Amino acid sequence: MTQSVVHTGQSLRLTGVSKSYGSFRALEPTDLDVAAGEFLTLLGPSGSGKTTLLNLTAGYVEPTAGEIRIGERDVTRLPARHRNIGMVFQNYALFPHMSVGENVAYGLSVRRLPKPEIARRVGEILSLMRLDGFADRAVQQMSGGQQQRVALARALVIEPDVLLMDEPLGALDKQLRRSVQLELRRLHQKLGRTTIYVTHDQEEALVLSDRIAVMDGGRIQQLGTVDDLYDRPVNAFVAGFIGESNLLPVRVLSASGGQASVDVEAFRRTIAVDAAPGTAAGEPARLLLRPEHVELDRNGEGVAAEIVEVIYLGELTQLTLRLESGQTLAARQITDRALRAGARVHVTWKPGHVRAVPHSPSKPTKTEKADA
Amino acid sequence: MTAAGTHTQPKARAALLSRRHAETAFLLGPALVVLALLFVVPLARLFSLAFIDPAGPFATFGVLAESAVYRQVMWNTFVVAVMVTALCVLLAWPVAYVLSRLEGVWFGIALYGVLFPFWISVLVRTFSWMLLLERNGPINRLLMSAGITEAPLALLFNNVGVLIGMIHILLPYMILPLYGAMVRIDRRLLLASDGLGASLVDTFRRIYLPLCLPGLAGGATFVFLLSLGFFITPALLGGSNAITLSMLIASFVNDRLAWSLAAAGSLALLAIVLVLMGLAARLLPIERGLFAR
Repeated sequence: MTQSVVHTGQSLRLTGVSKSYGSFRALEPTDLDVAAGEFLTLLGPSGSGKTTLLNLTAGYVEPTAGEIRIGERDVTRLPARHRNIGMVFQNYALFPHMSVGENVAYGLSVRRLPKPEIARRVGEILSLMRLDGFADRAVQQMSGGQQQRVALARALVIEPDVLLMDEPLGALDKQLRRSVQLELRRLHQKLGRTTIYVTHDQEEALVLSDRIAVMDGGRIQQLGTVDDLYDRPVNAFVAGFIGESNLLPVRVLSASGGQASVDVEAFRRTIAVDAAPGTAAGEPARLLLRPEHVELDRNGEGVAAEIVEVIYLGELTQLTLRLESGQTLAARQITDRALRAGARVHVTWKPGHVRAVPHSPSKPTKTEKADA
Repeated sequence: MTAAGTHTQPKARAALLSRRHAETAFLLGPALVVLALLFVVPLARLFSLAFIDPAGPFATFGVLAESAVYRQVMWNTFVVAVMVTALCVLLAWPVAYVLSRLEGVWFGIALYGVLFPFWISVLVRTFSWMLLLERNGPINRLLMSAGITEAPLALLFNNVGVLIGMIHILLPYMILPLYGAMVRIDRRLLLASDGLGASLVDTFRRIYLPLCLPGLAGGATFVFLLSLGFFITPALLGGSNAITLSMLIASFVNDRLAWSLAAAGSLALLAIVLVLMGLAARLLPIERGLFAR
C-alpha cells in the first residue's frame, strides 16, 4: 500500500435536512451522523428517500431546509464540484469518449495537477483496482464488472472526503455481485474512506456495512448495526425488511419500560413480551417472531398447529404452519424427516425471541423524483 | 439420414445464398437502372463537356482559374457558405439545447416551430424576405422609427440579404442533428463531471461539447454543402452584387450557352466539396463522440 492512497475520509453530519418537490416531501427532516471512515448503508425500497439523501450529500440537489457538514466544512449551499466527494453511479456514468485512463485521470486533470503526478496516481489506483494494463482501453470494451471498478477508481483517485455509491452493483449479475461485494468490503477496510452506500438489497447491506439506515416514506426508520436492526427492530417495517419474519397482529393491553402485555389473536392467548419503544396500549402493533425462533413441541405444550407445507433446504427445512386460528406461520428447523405435511405439532418460543413492535404503516409516497 | 443431411446442408446453404443474391439484385435492379440512366450517365456527360472545349481539354479550367472575376465568385461562394454555417451553429445551439431539455406539449410546440418552415416553399420564403428587407420595407422602417439608423440600410442585393435568407432556410438542418446528439447525452455524465470537481467550463469543454460533436459535424456538413450549391435564395436576395458559383454556372448555361464552362464550374464545385468533406472527416474526432448512448 503506497502512502499517497491511504487517506481516511471526513465525518459527515446532516442536521434537520429535508427536501420537498412542490407539495411532495421526498425527505422528511433528517439527522444523520457518519463517523470518519465509517461505511453506512441507506437501505430501503424505491421511493423511500435514500437516493434523495445521497444526492443531497453529493450536492446534486439543494436541501429545502437543514445543514450539511463534511468534517468541519459547512457544504449546505456548495455545488458538488466544490465538495470533494467521490460518486459512483448505478450505470457508472463513465465518459464514453474517453479511455479508461482518461476517465480515471479526469478528476485530477480538472484540478490542474501536474501531469507526472496525475500519471502516478492513476497508475496506483488502477493497480489497486486490478486494472493494470487497461488504461488505453475504450470503456465500451470493458465488461460490466470492470466498468464498475473503473467508476470506483475514478471516484477514489481524487481522495474524496466522502465516497458515495448509488446502487453500484445494480447492473451486475448475481454471482458477480457477490464477489464484488467482498471486494468492496476489503477495499473499504484497506482505505478506511467514509462511505455512504445506497441499496435496496438487504443482503448487500448486511455484507458491507458498519451501520445501516433503513429508510421508508422519506425518513430514516431505524439506524443501527445489523444486530440492532435484526434483534431490536423499532417497528414492523424494519422487522419485515431485515431478514424473514412472522408479524402477527396483536392488541396491546399495557406497555411500559420496554415490556408489554399483548393479546395475540393468532395464538388465542395473552402474553408478556419485550416491546419496542413507541408500543402503547390501544396503538396498532405487531408481534415479531423470526422463523428460526419458532420451536416445535410434540408434548402438547404451546399453540396447536398443523404442518401444511415442507420444503427441504438441505440442512434446514422451511415449514409453513397453520394455527388453529387460521393464521399461517413460517418456521425454519434443523431438518428432521419426521416433519411431514399434515403432522400436528405445538408451537412454542423462548420469551426473549418474541417482540412487540409498533405497526407504523409507511406513508404512501409517490415515485421518488430524484431517483436519477 | 444424418450423413445425407450433413452433405446436402452446405449445398442447400449455397443455393439459398445465391437465391438471396438474386433477390437482392432483382430488388435493387430497377433503382440502379434509373439511377444510372438519369443520374450517373448525365453527370458523366456533363463533366465530359468540360474537357471537350475546342481550345483544348483543360482550357475551361484555365479560364476559370485565370479570371479574377471567377476567382472572386468562388471565394465569395466559399465565404458565404462558411459564414452561413458558422452563424447557423451559433443560432442553432441554444435552440437545440432548449429542445433537448423540453418535455411533453412544450417539446411538441417547439419542435413544430422548428419544422414549420419546411412546409412553405423556399421560393415563397425568399420572396417574403425580399419584401421584408426592401429599402422601404418594414424592417428598415422599424429601425428608422426606433432611431437605430438615420438612412435605410442596404439589406437586399448584397451578402447581408443572402446570409439572412440562407440562414433562415438552412437553420433546421443544423438544429435537428444537434438536437439528436444533445438529447442522447446522459445527464449523469454531467453530474459525474461536476462531482469530480470540474468547473462548468470544463464540463462543457471536455464532456458536453465532445459528445455534441457528431451532431454538430453532421449539421454543419449539411448546411455547408447546401449553401455551397444554393441557387434560388442567393439569386433573388443577392442579385448581381453577390454572385455565387451556382449563379455563375446558371449564367454560363442560360446567358452565354457556354456548356463547357458550366461543366467545369460544376466539377470544381464538386471537387471542393469532396476535399472539404474528406478533411472534416479526418480532422474531427467524430467517431469518439459517436459512442455516446
